[in-house]
Amino acid sequence: MDLRTPIKNARGLGSAKNGVTHWWLQRVTAVALVPLVIWFAFSLASNAGGNHAEVTAWIASPLTAGLFILLIGTVFFHAQLGLQVVIEDYVHGKVAQLACLLAVKFLAFILAVTGILAVLRIALGG
Amino acid sequence: MAKFRLPANSRIGEGRTWRGDGGANLKRFRVYRWNPDDGGNPQVDTYELDMDDCGPMVLDALIKIKNEIDPTLTFRRSCREGICGSCAMNIDGTNTLACTKGCDEVAGDIRVYPLPHMPVVKDLVPDLTHFYAQYASIRPWMRTQTPAPPDRERLQSPDDQAMIDQPSACILCACCSTACPSYWWNGDRYLGPAILLQAYRWIVDSRDEATGERLDDLEDPFKLYRCHTIFNCTKTCPKGLNPAKAIAEIKKLMLERRL
Repeated sequence: MDLRTPIKNARGLGSAKNGVTHWWLQRVTAVALVPLVIWFAFSLASNAGGNHAEVTAWIASPLTAGLFILLIGTVFFHAQLGLQVVIEDYVHGKVAQLACLLAVKFLAFILAVTGILAVLRIALGG
Repeated sequence: MAKFRLPANSRIGEGRTWRGDGGANLKRFRVYRWNPDDGGNPQVDTYELDMDDCGPMVLDALIKIKNEIDPTLTFRRSCREGICGSCAMNIDGTNTLACTKGCDEVAGDIRVYPLPHMPVVKDLVPDLTHFYAQYASIRPWMRTQTPAPPDRERLQSPDDQAMIDQPSACILCACCSTACPSYWWNGDRYLGPAILLQAYRWIVDSRDEATGERLDDLEDPFKLYRCHTIFNCTKTCPKGLNPAKAIAEIKKLMLERRL
């Protein structure tokens, strides 16, 4: 039997005073991804049929490398923001939720760092 | 995790059929029944009504069933003109008010269920305790530092009044909140469209002086940001209001005070 009042349950732990930053970054990264993805799609298409040397030379140019790194960083940052919302919506139970959140965040970070390092290695001639 | 089947004690079986006396204009009502006292699962009873001998609205039919066929049928109703919000239920798959939903608006059998995803008290009566507590939690009354003028009411311009015309037309029937998937999955913490519409009503009230505190209280990943702009609330509102837009406006105000 629940002896707590309904208001006690409705108020819960109160407001987290947080949430705007997440919401705003989700939108900012979404907007940023529009030109980045269009640029990436067109660049890939224009490199179609190029050999390995041509493509690595294209990636190594400073502008391409910079945009590529931004694209990779933004994609994975945006993805983990979005997946966080999905997990908070659907995964109930504190332990499972926390485990899923950490897995998604770590995976996004690993993939972003790996992708950026690959671009840097080509760009810096490693 | 998300659940894909109803819990065993919520699965709905086939119930009784109450045959009508015939008539040219026969309509079948498929009504959700559950009685906490008999220990059984919910079931759907079928009632046949001659619509030539019945009022036009779904509520008229329910009242006729209760008066003339099956007095055990339980539902809430009061004003029968769409202003009290008591007879909110799920009719033909959509949350609406039984008193303003015409039987002729539904093709074929009329399926009548309680508001979705709420604990059921009996038959078509959902337990709205938490919903009302959430409403109380936003402290839905005017909060000011300035005392009211001693000789008259607090004034506001017609334009400022227009800002709260729509949100104050809400009758708190809970159709929108119980149509919202986010409210289904996280209703314990998410305030839901109806309550957020009322929060907005006080945030934009030109006479209220606690705007910032109201925004503070809502700035929460669960209380507010579980809204993913699904728009079920706006689609289902029997009063034609737009809770989804109100929530979007709250989110814009949250940002406005940051930028």
